[in-house]
Amino acid sequence: MTRTHTNGHAPAGVHHGDPNAHRPEPIDVEETSTLIDEGVREELRAIVARYPQPRSALLPMLHLVQSVEGRVTAAGIEACAEILQISAADVSGVATFYTMYKRRPVGRYHVGVCTTSLCAIMGGDELFAALQDHLGVGNDETTEDGVFTLEHIECNAACDLAPVMTVNWEFFDSQTPDSAVDVLERLRSGEEVRATRGARVCTWKQAERVLAGFPDGRADEGPTSAPESRLGLRIAAERGWTAPPVPGRDEPSGDRNPQAQTQAAGAQGHAEDASLKQAESKESGVSADEARPASGPAGGQTGTSTATEEGSARRGEGENGTTKGGEA
Amino acid sequence: MADTLTPVLTANWGDERAWKLANYERRDGYQGLRRALTMEPAEVVALVKDSGLRGRGGAGFPTGMKWSFIPQDNPKPKYLVVNADESEPGTCKDIPLMMASPHTLVEGVIISAYAINCHTAFIYVRGEVLHVVRRVQQAVREAYSAGYAGKNILGSGYDLDIVVHAGAGAYICGEETALLDSLEGRRGQPRLRPPFPAVAGLYASPTVINNVESISSVPAIVRGGAEWFSSMGTEKSKGMTIYSLSGHVRNTGQFEAPLGITLRQLLELAGGMREGHRLKFWTPGGSSTPILTPEHLDVPLDYEGVAGVRSMLGTKALQCFDETTSVVRAVLRWTEFYKHESCGKCTPCREGTWWLVQILSRLEAGRGEPGDIEKLLDLCENILGRSFCALGDGATSPISSAIQHFRDEFEAGMHTPAWELFPYEASRRFAPAPATAGAGA
Repeated sequence: MTRTHTNGHAPAGVHHGDPNAHRPEPIDVEETSTLIDEGVREELRAIVARYPQPRSALLPMLHLVQSVEGRVTAAGIEACAEILQISAADVSGVATFYTMYKRRPVGRYHVGVCTTSLCAIMGGDELFAALQDHLGVGNDETTEDGVFTLEHIECNAACDLAPVMTVNWEFFDSQTPDSAVDVLERLRSGEEVRATRGARVCTWKQAERVLAGFPDGRADEGPTSAPESRLGLRIAAERGWTAPPVPGRDEPSGDRNPQAQTQAAGAQGHAEDASLKQAESKESGVSADEARPASGPAGGQTGTSTATEEGSARRGEGENGTTKGGEA
Repeated sequence: MADTLTPVLTANWGDERAWKLANYERRDGYQGLRRALTMEPAEVVALVKDSGLRGRGGAGFPTGMKWSFIPQDNPKPKYLVVNADESEPGTCKDIPLMMASPHTLVEGVIISAYAINCHTAFIYVRGEVLHVVRRVQQAVREAYSAGYAGKNILGSGYDLDIVVHAGAGAYICGEETALLDSLEGRRGQPRLRPPFPAVAGLYASPTVINNVESISSVPAIVRGGAEWFSSMGTEKSKGMTIYSLSGHVRNTGQFEAPLGITLRQLLELAGGMREGHRLKFWTPGGSSTPILTPEHLDVPLDYEGVAGVRSMLGTKALQCFDETTSVVRAVLRWTEFYKHESCGKCTPCREGTWWLVQILSRLEAGRGEPGDIEKLLDLCENILGRSFCALGDGATSPISSAIQHFRDEFEAGMHTPAWELFPYEASRRFAPAPATAGAGA
């Protein structure tokens, strides 16, 4: 078991010594079997058809290859090169540039922990150390049962909800080591797990298919926003602050007053958040753990009224989402 | 004088299912498009110019002026590319915007594309935000079904195709020319300018690249007018914008306010720093903007105000750290980010960020060597202005500004580990958990 982050008495996240010391396992180039068949090629060509120039399709094509193969394989590279009429070396150069493309097999669940400055300081380092310890793998390694791949990721644009974890690129906001381990345990046991801001967690391959531009009908799952995202909106409603009135409105819908709507929306947000005890939950880890059970369907959404409302909305929408996906 | 907070872009973020077309339309959604289609494209450009809207992605370039640089006599197709590759450390405004109200962006895309006579627009979303990609994809499909996109939009004779394109994990693709290379299916490496994208961008054709928030501001400008928009903000920084408060703040989150609000005002709204702690340092607009201190609490957060204290407004990503935080640690982790994200095209950035990490690592561990601080500054000087693009410049900002404000802590790195000076568990958001606290030690 590799422990790249272990270093005497230094805290989690501190790693020194030879920066070249961590050499990943070589890519298995002997492995030539492939799942890319004519159907997949057809979809690869469908991606090409979206763009004015064929080569623009390469990034989504590689996402699709990953969704089929579980990584970027030599056969996948060849297929892209052949369809785009470019060299395999060109495709390979692209596939090795971007961190989301993996040349080694990825687990059913890709687990990312943000360890860029802010998240690291807010607890991301301990989160990552706890998951390393729990899973018994190092960075960018997959558990032997092929269930989890762990990776420390760079800033994922959710800094107001630090520390952040992702599972198959769904947000698990405001995590603690315990809540993060709990999410993984529930996934391992086959339980259906919902992201705190997102949908039911799918497999990594399914996520890659969505990124390739093939919708999975889950867009309508999950909340509109996190309570933190609408904090300013809530305060504006409380204090009666609005944007200036729009002069001389004469559109067909001119009977509606956007300011009134803003206030109403803010008030609604306020009502939803009324039961939030954000201050308390951030001050003490104990109440934070209680208030933010990342294990519950609402995950990082604190406050029961919000969780219930949004949870029920999600349940209702799941079916719609599926229907829509079928149409698309 | 506008109110302290002015929700426009965030106004519907509390709505149930705000991301659905019908709910967006209920709030005057696509009324901006309807009005724009009654105007000449050049009139839309003029309107956005008059509004004073400046780019919300960091640089603050006037949006309308950027559009007017597109040579309309060029026979090649024109392209609009939305930079939705939000990944500057600390920046977290575009992702919640696209998740909550993707139609705000899509409507902005259609109006902006119309203004520059473009018939194919791209939304380049970073790949690591699956649910945002889903919501944007769905919003575009809904817009097509409703006749807002595709052929003969709302009977106007105007055609537009919108392609949602997911990236694959590369901060450098937030740099506009690297983004174009990436969108052409290549490694995301920046291009030499000139030619500028307005002349030779995507497929060597005239191209406008704008940030999500800039484009999302356009529908409101068309609905409200230039005067309405410029009634918010300061003399040269017009309109409302989203400020993102993160870190050791009592209540973190998003605040939409007129440009020019101060961090003191925002912190007051956010309940101050967490109980019992005080502000030590902060970034005004992400990690690439030089850090500031409590003495800058009253600096107006507009383009000129922040530039006046030798930093940059950037993305208005206000990362606030309290007195428990080691500056050396924070700067090291940002530098590791730049090292990881350097595309490798130019030597100063590729090699320099590597060297910076090595020196900062030993300073963090209390094993700094005499002359290390001077060496850091010397390296920064050799990267800043000598790199191919702004990534290298940005990498030096936290280091040189941190040494300027907190040189003592770097000096201490000659003999004492940062985690002894500033026990790391004290900076965490969650309380130490005995069961797992030892896991990484």
